[in-house]
Amino acid sequence: MTSIAAAANENLADISNVLIYSAMAVYTLAFVAHIAEWAFGSRSRVATSSAALTASAAAPAVKVQVQRAGGTTVLERPAVVTKPGPGARDAADGPGAAGGDVQGDMYGRIAVSLTTLAFLLHLGSVVTRGLSVERAPWGNMYEFSTTFSMVIVGVYLAFLAARKHIRWIGLPLVATVLLDLGLAVTALYTESAQLVPALDSVWLWIHVSLAITCGALLYLGAVATILYLFRDRYEAKLADPAGPQPGNFARSVLSRLPAAASLDKFAYRINAAVFPFWTFTIVAGAIWAENAWGRYWGWDPKEVWSFITWVAYACYLHARATAGWKGRKAAYLAITAFLCFLFNYYAVNLLFGGLHSYAGV
Amino acid sequence: MTATDERELSDAAAQLSTAPLEDGGQQPAPGLGAGREIVAWARWFWRQLTSMRVALILLFLLSLGAVPGSLIPQNSVDESKVQLFKDEHGALAGVYDKLQLFDVYSSVWFSAIYLLLFISLAGCIIPRTWQFVGQLRARAPKAPSRLNRLPAYTTWRTDAEPEAVLEASRTVLRRRRFRAHVAGDAVAAEKGYLREAGNLLFHVALFVLLIAFAAGRLFHSEAGKLIVEGDGFSNTFTQYDYYKESAFGTGDPSAFGFTLDKFTASYQRTGPQKRTPRVFRADITYWKGADGPKHKTSIEVNKPLVIDGTKVWLLSNGWAPVVTVRDGQGDIAFRGPVPMIPAEKRNLSSQGAIKVTDYVGKDGKKDQIGFQGFFMPTYLKGSGQMMSQFPEPLSPGLFLTAYKGDLGLDTGVPQNVYQLDVARMKQFKDKNGDPFRQVLAIGDKLTLPDGAGTLTFDGVKPWATFKIGKQYGNEWVLIGALTAIAGLAGSLFIQRRRVWVRARRDEDGTTVVELAGLGRSESAKLPEELADLAVRLQTAAPARPEPSVTTSDEGARA
Repeated sequence: MTSIAAAANENLADISNVLIYSAMAVYTLAFVAHIAEWAFGSRSRVATSSAALTASAAAPAVKVQVQRAGGTTVLERPAVVTKPGPGARDAADGPGAAGGDVQGDMYGRIAVSLTTLAFLLHLGSVVTRGLSVERAPWGNMYEFSTTFSMVIVGVYLAFLAARKHIRWIGLPLVATVLLDLGLAVTALYTESAQLVPALDSVWLWIHVSLAITCGALLYLGAVATILYLFRDRYEAKLADPAGPQPGNFARSVLSRLPAAASLDKFAYRINAAVFPFWTFTIVAGAIWAENAWGRYWGWDPKEVWSFITWVAYACYLHARATAGWKGRKAAYLAITAFLCFLFNYYAVNLLFGGLHSYAGV
Repeated sequence: MTATDERELSDAAAQLSTAPLEDGGQQPAPGLGAGREIVAWARWFWRQLTSMRVALILLFLLSLGAVPGSLIPQNSVDESKVQLFKDEHGALAGVYDKLQLFDVYSSVWFSAIYLLLFISLAGCIIPRTWQFVGQLRARAPKAPSRLNRLPAYTTWRTDAEPEAVLEASRTVLRRRRFRAHVAGDAVAAEKGYLREAGNLLFHVALFVLLIAFAAGRLFHSEAGKLIVEGDGFSNTFTQYDYYKESAFGTGDPSAFGFTLDKFTASYQRTGPQKRTPRVFRADITYWKGADGPKHKTSIEVNKPLVIDGTKVWLLSNGWAPVVTVRDGQGDIAFRGPVPMIPAEKRNLSSQGAIKVTDYVGKDGKKDQIGFQGFFMPTYLKGSGQMMSQFPEPLSPGLFLTAYKGDLGLDTGVPQNVYQLDVARMKQFKDKNGDPFRQVLAIGDKLTLPDGAGTLTFDGVKPWATFKIGKQYGNEWVLIGALTAIAGLAGSLFIQRRRVWVRARRDEDGTTVVELAGLGRSESAKLPEELADLAVRLQTAAPARPEPSVTTSDEGARA
């Protein structure tokens, strides 16, 4: 009886493997295209570095727009003048990786197209993996890792589809996705199989999918935070012409990124938006633990580290609202918090054992 | 920006949140008069404790303090691992013990961190709640004189009367659930109080969570029972294998019972995931009260049985070889399953003891014998390896050594059921004087030297351990947690903002409408909302066409 149920559909599992390798190949092409985007973008250095410190406040005074159509007055949404808050640098967002260069932009678009194609292959791999065993494809670290990077790319593409200008994150994103998938198919690979009884629960769908999604979003926040730290130093150097100035390479790369304030805001919005969901992930895990192990909280290493991650993000959210802590210090906290998340995922699963050790790895 | 502008702007932003002003507690404590000095120091200390800076440090310490609990084995998680650690690291373990590193989460220092944090939290949110109540009763401050200084701003000219524009904007704002009132030549409106409410709710919910968690710990009781397939259990103290209760745990088990009709444990037999558990299921028949109607059901790892608020969880499983022991007279001295405890989880090589108290020797004297057993569910004969090869009993092997003498059951000292206390026993020896030992397959018979008796290995039965517990405060923990999430969502997703609409007659007789918005933090939504409001206001205050019309809305916003 059990051998029939346990027999994974090997055909589908093989297809899943082929798809993940195909996705990796296409991601590699996307990575190359992004490199080309940055390389060609560096040609328009002069224009971008002079634009870097142009104040956005110099926007034209707003007029309510009126269009005449058939004698009636049709009013469009009036534009609203916005001003940066007090104390903020007036640095404008950079032009993006392509730096306004036509060829660079073309390669950037190619990179996004390739990423979209790779995402579809990636999605196909995760879905077939799930279908091959007729369950949620989140039973071991191979499956967590592949889904994790899939969600990262999915969120990134969704942002692009919503016309958010975040193509600047493309290169580091594709690079880490490749790294994550590389780890998944080598060190973490596990044959497709049925779930161990401990994971066979409806809470797997809720708790694990939420944890993966939160991780993917927090990853985007963490990348933005790291770039913020570079860009912030760059802007600080530009703002003080007497001090040391950024080198040519740093200038070329960093001038094309969004302003430090924009990066910081992007990271904050993501981290703040994820925090309630991360809280719910822990609560869902606790409910599941109560069902499976007869206690909702038992300081298992996984529980300890999700608690630490939670407190670290709480620290960051408070710090960002506190004078003397916002800015770089809060950014360091955000990065620490994400490192806690990563530690909780990799180190706790691989080194600590405990109740969250799964089939294989 | 002039000083007046600055002051007006800060007035406009005043009370937009209850966040404390950050003075950092810089004032040193004054040093005059002993009594007053103590009060002054106490106030200084209180101010420090409730400052955001100290709260941040405490939060940081809390996460830092939780780390060792994941690195060092914890008594609350696995006492045997703690013992192992102590055996391996003698001196270090002593230091750890002193620092309570084996009980991090109930240690004095960890408790101190979170208690201080909660006191700090209380010291923060109680005044903020009062302040918030005050804000709810107050109205939005009047419009600054230069609205175009505010973060979001728009303006147009209209032929409508200023009073009509103001009245219309008040209606529009109120319809959008702003609290709006006319003050002078402008409407002042505010919205998003739920942000603060959510923030306070979140922090209050943390208190509920903490108290419910503590209460759960204080009223906690749990029991464990190992049941061999076919055996029954009734929920009374005498039947438990172990029972733990905390300070106020109730010693009142609810009356029910069940029999373990069948236990299914199956493992992956082939492939790279060989040995991975696939199914653990306990089919049981249970009844409520002493002798209620019987119901059949099953307990699985994620599906505990709930009877009158008491839960029964399936925790672990193993195997129990069934043996028959005959004494020196050839009479049956013991017959039944002997649960063996897994020494390793992979293949379930297990150990246990067979203790025979009802034994009569060859000489007719009453005595006791015992067997130390090592059970391998799948034993490869002739491999020489005393290790199981698979967790299911495909070809079971039972390795036994035998002892005779006082089992020590009457000494009053609690004994490990799965281990033989051989202090007052003598090991059976074979002809060569080596310890007598034998590996049995099912059906095999072991004959003790000198006609001391026999043991036959009749079969194997599965056993399962169950945890029986009543938990208190769980629902409050859940309520606290969900409220905290709701509060968080409110405090992070809702923006508190103010909008002012000014309408005044210009020299040329037209009315100038100005809209400005101010949020506690910069938000992309605020200008959008302001634009929305402006569009709505156009019906009451249509814009006059002006010669300097900008061409593209898109261009201005990009």
